[in-house]
Amino acid sequence: MSKVPADLKYTKTHEWLRTLPDGSIEIGITDHAQHALGDLVFVEVPEAGRAVKAGEPCAVVESVKAASDVYSPLTGEVVAGNPKLAGEPETVNTDPYGGGWLMRVRPTAGGPATEVMSPADYEKLQQEEGD
Amino acid sequence: MAFIPHTPADVEAMLATIGVPSIETLFDEIPAALRVKSLAGVPEELNEMEVGRLMSERARIDGRPLCFIGAGAYEHHIPAAVWAITTRGEFYSAYTPYQAEASQGTLQLIYEYQTMIASLTGMQVSNASVYDGASAVAEASLMAVRSNRKSKSQRILVPTTVHPHYRKVAVATAGNQGLRFEEIPYSPGEGVIAPTALAQYEGEDIAALVIQQPNFFGRLEDVDALTDWAHARGILVIAVVNPTSLALLKAPGSWGTKGADIAVGDGQPLGVPLSSGGPYFGFMTTRLEFVRQMPGRIVGRTVDLNGHQGFTLTLQAREQHIRRAKATSNICTNQGLLMTAATIYMSLMGPQGLERTAAAAHARTRELVTALTRLKGVRAAFQGPVFHESVVLLDRPVAPVLSALASRGILGGLELSEYYPELGHALLVCATETKTAADIESYVAALNEVMQSARTTEGRAA
Repeated sequence: MSKVPADLKYTKTHEWLRTLPDGSIEIGITDHAQHALGDLVFVEVPEAGRAVKAGEPCAVVESVKAASDVYSPLTGEVVAGNPKLAGEPETVNTDPYGGGWLMRVRPTAGGPATEVMSPADYEKLQQEEGD
Repeated sequence: MAFIPHTPADVEAMLATIGVPSIETLFDEIPAALRVKSLAGVPEELNEMEVGRLMSERARIDGRPLCFIGAGAYEHHIPAAVWAITTRGEFYSAYTPYQAEASQGTLQLIYEYQTMIASLTGMQVSNASVYDGASAVAEASLMAVRSNRKSKSQRILVPTTVHPHYRKVAVATAGNQGLRFEEIPYSPGEGVIAPTALAQYEGEDIAALVIQQPNFFGRLEDVDALTDWAHARGILVIAVVNPTSLALLKAPGSWGTKGADIAVGDGQPLGVPLSSGGPYFGFMTTRLEFVRQMPGRIVGRTVDLNGHQGFTLTLQAREQHIRRAKATSNICTNQGLLMTAATIYMSLMGPQGLERTAAAAHARTRELVTALTRLKGVRAAFQGPVFHESVVLLDRPVAPVLSALASRGILGGLELSEYYPELGHALLVCATETKTAADIESYVAALNEVMQSARTTEGRAA
């Protein structure tokens, strides 16, 4: 069973969200997602300043067998892409909820956002998907 | 290796297994309105004997003319060993094999090809080739838009000194994918990009600038200044180069302070015969930073479980069998056979051989242009250095002159009025190392006669 930290929110497309003290949202992919992808060899994160829309592909995670888009769960402006991942993409595998964060986004007030779920609901989703 | 296609019985068995009545049924999801039932205008099939006969007849009509046409495809001497080796059974396939790693020899050859092309262009990585030079420019433009993270635009600056066909193919391929190609005019007296033409783009968001060197007129652009201008404004540089010329000219990887970002071109000059316009192949190279945005196959060198050297397709997550619709390209193709010929050509010629070829082509073209422009009614269109092509202006329409030359067995060059009407009676001429001093003399003498006889006729008419 993959780890699903209790202090985060989740999306159906296997991203997690963490609200940072400054109000920006840190986004990454879940333990379940990194496990399904396998060893990551390349991660492309958005540059600071880029405007992202909810549901829009904004990062790419590439393993030896697949490349997948990561969708922004909310509308806003990218505050930072994780610079560490350019040289150490495997951090997403080893520490998906910590050092493996992909980007931080400052949400546009009242902007549209993807539906997020609680840790319990996300665990249920994983079970349904046969984790 | 035997390639035995499935028999009707195999097909029946497969259809029965998946419970589908016919192969046609598999295509049911394509609406009837979108399906092509017959290929109008395509002639009936011919068997091998009939095709052989048709082609010999057509080759006879072509004759063995003395060719002074360049314009993107160049007649070079091809050592006999090139195609003797290329057509060996082990190499004689158009593509990378489907079970790629089973064909270590083919992969090693592609790897050697990539190494040679990367070294020739001075770039860090090369793919296994693309369809041709024109499609390479289209793919490079799409790639530049994906790669340029400083720019949000899909605007590509394309000087009119870039091959007209390349520009057309780029628009046809990438125009419907949102890219906007904006033409930059050239300096009328010089035939190179006018620095003043760039000034109007100051402060605008542009994804890439295409620079062809030597340009379509054969002239040499100020690639260093253009590259630095682009980079200072966050614009990527796409170099379009002639591989033979790189034996003498500065490699795109060394243009300006940072070097070009993507370098492409047509590989035909490297051992591929003119053969009525194709097939040729395109080469495509870039800096390591952008490798994941490059389309096409890439072969890498690795070691197997026992530590022995081996070759493998690498970075495949960019490609269509993995990324599907989001692949870097779904239309690029590896021209395996032509790339094989080019690799063998480059290994036989070596850097010195290629340099001698380039120097001879340059010298022959200078001799040709000097002799032509001594004739009455012929002058150079542009001042300044060229590689192995040049534009001359005639004092009368070019088409009748060319057809008179053709009837004397001379292909005198490419008339430019269709592409550059503003130049008037312009003719693009080229001489490679295949042309002797006697060939050049025959051309000059024939042109002199044709022009004189035209003047005499005019004189009588007047």
